[in-house]
Amino acid sequence: MQSRFQTGDRVKVIKAYPPGHIRTPFYIRGRTGVVERICGAFPNPEELAQMRDGLPAQPLYRVRFRQKDVWPDYRGLDGDVVEIEIYQHWLEPA
Amino acid sequence: MAKPDAGKYQPLSYFQLMEVTLRELLVEKGLLTEEQIRKEVEDMRGRTPERGARVVARAWTDPHFKQRLLKTGTKACEELGLDVPGLKLVVVENTPQVHNVIVCTLCSCYPRMLLGIPPDWYKSRAYRSRMVREPRQVLREFGLEVDEGAQVRVHDSTADMRYLVLPMRPAGTEGWSEEKLASLVTRDSMIGVSVPKSPGTRA
Repeated sequence: MQSRFQTGDRVKVIKAYPPGHIRTPFYIRGRTGVVERICGAFPNPEELAQMRDGLPAQPLYRVRFRQKDVWPDYRGLDGDVVEIEIYQHWLEPA
Repeated sequence: MAKPDAGKYQPLSYFQLMEVTLRELLVEKGLLTEEQIRKEVEDMRGRTPERGARVVARAWTDPHFKQRLLKTGTKACEELGLDVPGLKLVVVENTPQVHNVIVCTLCSCYPRMLLGIPPDWYKSRAYRSRMVREPRQVLREFGLEVDEGAQVRVHDSTADMRYLVLPMRPAGTEGWSEEKLASLVTRDSMIGVSVPKSPGTRA
């Protein structure tokens, strides 16, 4: 599967709550960040958990979020960030 | 909780019972042998943070190796003869401007191939939920005050990659051998909740 995003692109995590084995943490859904790197393509874990093959492999991104954008009441410094691996089907352009 | 008495009969816990059941079924169905399971447990116990410390010490002494390590972590580890099957390693470098720390909020993903079995606190709900939410406070509770001028970068390993922190080389170690440097690198400094030992510290 083609990578839809490049390093440096602004992306938004889809705000959805499907059932099943999801590797997109709740706290990051609906948040906007920047692609830090493309990690490669991996079988979709949501499919693997259902005993299917998870193919085609999903591009996986490392996305960097400003902590202040994730937690409105964040008490650290403005520059602090959190980086999370997110599969392509959970991202949309921002 | 009472300490288990080695000489006393202890009923199996729910998860112990599940483990025994699963293991016996795997053997009975011919998917694994008891010898394979024993060997895997032995190998798992044999992996210690000293493996990670070797990688860090090499990166401190060889700038070209460090470049390769930051670019393609797994391949660089293989150069050191470390057998890291299945590991997709991302090494993140601490600098005076950036302090990195690793957590897995969803479960307990950890670079076992380099650090061995994770400490219990790494798997605790408190660490996993608080490290992404208030990292500076949690680091303070580990005894680490991150400079106000530095960014805290939390890495939540939610999927296929595993993370290792490359800590900063302590001052006063100029001319040290790789082996001696490795003795300063602790497990916690490679998770990012601490920094390496100072040259003067007693082991």
